Amino acid sequence: MSIYRTPRAERVRAQGNFELYAWFFMRVSGLVLLFIAVFHLLYMHLYARVETIDYAWVVQRWSHPGWRLYDWLLLTFALSHGTNGVRTVIDDYVPRGLANVVCKWTAFGLALFFFVMGTQVILTTKVPAAALALLRLVV
Amino acid sequence: MASMRTAGTLPRPGLWRRLLGILRYRGHEGQWSWMLHRAAGLGIILFLYLHIFDIWLIGLGEETFNDFLFLYSHPVFKMFETFLIFGVLFHAVNGARIILVDLVPGMTRHQRKLVYIETAVMLIVLVPTIWVTLESLFR
Repeated sequence: MSIYRTPRAERVRAQGNFELYAWFFMRVSGLVLLFIAVFHLLYMHLYARVETIDYAWVVQRWSHPGWRLYDWLLLTFALSHGTNGVRTVIDDYVPRGLANVVCKWTAFGLALFFFVMGTQVILTTKVPAAALALLRLVV
Repeated sequence: MASMRTAGTLPRPGLWRRLLGILRYRGHEGQWSWMLHRAAGLGIILFLYLHIFDIWLIGLGEETFNDFLFLYSHPVFKMFETFLIFGVLFHAVNGARIILVDLVPGMTRHQRKLVYIETAVMLIVLVPTIWVTLESLFR
């Protein structure tokens, strides 16, 4: 039976292992992004060049399902890694309370919103008929 | 957190004083890379929101998407693009350093050296990519 109260910081920390998993997730997703995000950046800005990218270019690229999967993984990892980073920043600067909760749920809401948008466009964009015919010849 | 708010006897220093405090603190490589990592991360997620939105426009058709792309060839945005490339590459190499220091025992002793190695690696990739990006402005 304790007659003293533990410091608040200690009591807040004692809520399961969430922060440990979040720390681990940042390392794992960071390592994945180190390869897929940097490759994406160098491919688009150094190799393909931004000026050459237009509607036809993107749709042609998406005629291969592998690139759709790649882009969806990039979307998922970048958004989750970034949103967890934003959560950390909010906890650092916004005192616990209503403002903290509002900021965090705004960040989570934005993440969900953009995840749905990104997933939708990756899944529903139609492959041009010519590219599909070419793919059928190869596969 | 709660104790910080209830203390209240000392007024919170103004923004200018706090900025001066940051400069005076002289946290060396560790402090600056921590600050830059955070700033780059926040910048990247803001661009990520924009980028998901522009790719989402693909679903609205060729004309809508291609019309929006004028944004990325605008000289002002070209400047932002160089910030983005720097931000992603710095966040990537600095993140790799953080993972290394976290997971490999004894790496904390080479902490400062690692910052210089990371900067060198970043510059090797950064310079040609920025060159290609800005070159399009003069064609």
